[in-house]
Amino acid sequence: MAFAAFSSNVKVNAKPTKTGKVVIALLAPGLAYLGAFFLTPLIALIMVSLSVPDPAGGYAEYVPALEFANYAYVVSEYFPHIMRSFGYALIATVLALIISYPLAYFIGVKARPWPLLQKLMLTLVIAPFFISFLLRTLAWKQMFSNESWIVSSLQQIGFLASDQYVVGTPFMVIFGLTYNFIPFMTLPLYTSLERLDIRYLEAGSDLYASPAKVFRKVTFPLSLPGVISGTLLTFIPIAGDYINASGDFLGSPETAMMGNTIEANYLNINDYPSASALSVLLMGVILLLVTFYVKRSGTEDLL
Amino acid sequence: MAKEFVARGADLELKGIRKEFPGFVAIENLDLTVPAGEFFALLGPSGCGKTTTLRLVAGLETPTKGKILIGKTDVTETKPHERPVNTVFQSYALFPHMTILENVAFGLRQRKIDDPLGKAKQALNMVQLSHLAERKPQQLSGGQQQRVALARALVNRPSLLLLDEPLGALDLKLRREMQIELKAIQIEVGLTFLHVTHDQEEAMDMADTVAVMNQGRIEQMGAPEALYDRPKTVFVAKFLGQSNLLVGEVSSTSANSVSIDVAGNKISVPKDRAEKHSGKIAVGFRPEKATFHTKKPTAKSDTNVIGPGEILDIRFTGVSNQYLIEVPNLGNITVFAQNMGQSPVIELGEKVWISWSVDHSFGLADLPAGNEEE
Repeated sequence: MAFAAFSSNVKVNAKPTKTGKVVIALLAPGLAYLGAFFLTPLIALIMVSLSVPDPAGGYAEYVPALEFANYAYVVSEYFPHIMRSFGYALIATVLALIISYPLAYFIGVKARPWPLLQKLMLTLVIAPFFISFLLRTLAWKQMFSNESWIVSSLQQIGFLASDQYVVGTPFMVIFGLTYNFIPFMTLPLYTSLERLDIRYLEAGSDLYASPAKVFRKVTFPLSLPGVISGTLLTFIPIAGDYINASGDFLGSPETAMMGNTIEANYLNINDYPSASALSVLLMGVILLLVTFYVKRSGTEDLL
Repeated sequence: MAKEFVARGADLELKGIRKEFPGFVAIENLDLTVPAGEFFALLGPSGCGKTTTLRLVAGLETPTKGKILIGKTDVTETKPHERPVNTVFQSYALFPHMTILENVAFGLRQRKIDDPLGKAKQALNMVQLSHLAERKPQQLSGGQQQRVALARALVNRPSLLLLDEPLGALDLKLRREMQIELKAIQIEVGLTFLHVTHDQEEAMDMADTVAVMNQGRIEQMGAPEALYDRPKTVFVAKFLGQSNLLVGEVSSTSANSVSIDVAGNKISVPKDRAEKHSGKIAVGFRPEKATFHTKKPTAKSDTNVIGPGEILDIRFTGVSNQYLIEVPNLGNITVFAQNMGQSPVIELGEKVWISWSVDHSFGLADLPAGNEEE
């Protein structure tokens, strides 16, 4: 008894001593939700990705197994799609960053004296969300369709050969991806730049840094939290996107990304293990890349 | 210009500066010369245009009219990063994403000066913070941040160092210490310091020359002692220390003095200490220059006497006792009596006469509010 009392005295009261029934009761719905709608499907997905065709069953019937060869198979079979997914995602993310940064800087810093203009411009950034992105993507397809005046005039001035088109090319897919995800880049950048203290920039120029140097040494490093969350919010969904690259929208079989192969395997050829293996792979690679990226940008000496 | 590593201060000259912001004029017409190597203080209440003046010199604002010269070179059109000027900001503005050492080395790196880290370390040594070189600014106390900001500016050996109320956020004790330290550093490095402050004690304590600014104009400029001894306007008389002001018509003038009549009392001021010698003028004296008497003192030509008045309030401040005396038809007069160990024999409600030397009077150029000529 005495010993217990003593030890409880020594203990640092860093966390609440009581984990009462109320706490458990309050946590329960959340935990149940996570268990039912995240953990269970995840485990099911991993299980399916390791399953084999039922030897006794018919078409598209699988039994649980530990068939890791499924992963080797999808990697060798869909290697170009995997590379394309991350390649497109990288290019589109960089493009979105280049386009969004000046925009966010203008709204968050330059437009500070005019709050009304700030609000108007932010609304314009979000405005596309009021229309379904499927419709907007289809509209782009229309605009760049083979019969459109844009394409025919490009062909006439010799920018495109007479048998060259825009829809179905990597350019069009990357264009669509960039376009669709720009708001996800702009908003976190804006929230970061909006809090930027101008006095740091003044101190930079007072200490002999030219405007370009001030941007590189002060503005950009200080907006890094926004850059990181913006790039993550665009890169992750773009890597798994299957709308823009699909033949029904802006792409063609030559531009198919991982999302398209997962869709095809799951819905068309009913190869559930391959589809699941691809999904797990996509998730794993993203997790790895993101961890590496966040760690690097967090500890990197920003000078 | 900014490339060379200046070791000595330079003159600063402002010629006919006017600065307008949308809706108001921050600086009306400012002419100012700060000689090289001087500690110059711009003193004024908030909103008087002193910080704007500093920002104009730093290049963070451009004047609507006028010229800025640093060491005879016209820098009016020059960008801030091209001026041989460094600022210690009121908020310090230390880069939060850099260590203390990198903050101090920043300016040196931009100008590609040899051995930036070595020089930065020396500068940190000077402000006694070398042990904190690897910390981030947010891990430092206000006083430490202030010293880093000072080191970051001084390490560049600017021709001109601008200080924007750098001690404003510190507590009184630390402030006193930093004032002494700052003055010592200025003497040691011999740079020109332009110090902006609203604290009159700080300005008088540290500066070689003080310019009192009010509503975008310089009211008066001079050595602290001269400004205190002989303020020329009501604003300076009241902003720099305390003053008793008496207003009256000039009743007689002699070879070397002017006398005014204030409700039947004759108050004299030496001619060379009065801005105006005729009409209605204001004459002032400092509370610590006056003494009071329980009996009416005999009239002497070198002493002004008013009274009798009634003591309204006695305040004990430690160093001195401050008496507020109501003199009929003259208003309230403040008198300081140094605390010499004896308890004051005078009590509330007692009748006293106040006297002070004619030579301690000063005549002002304008009249206090409410006394404008009819």
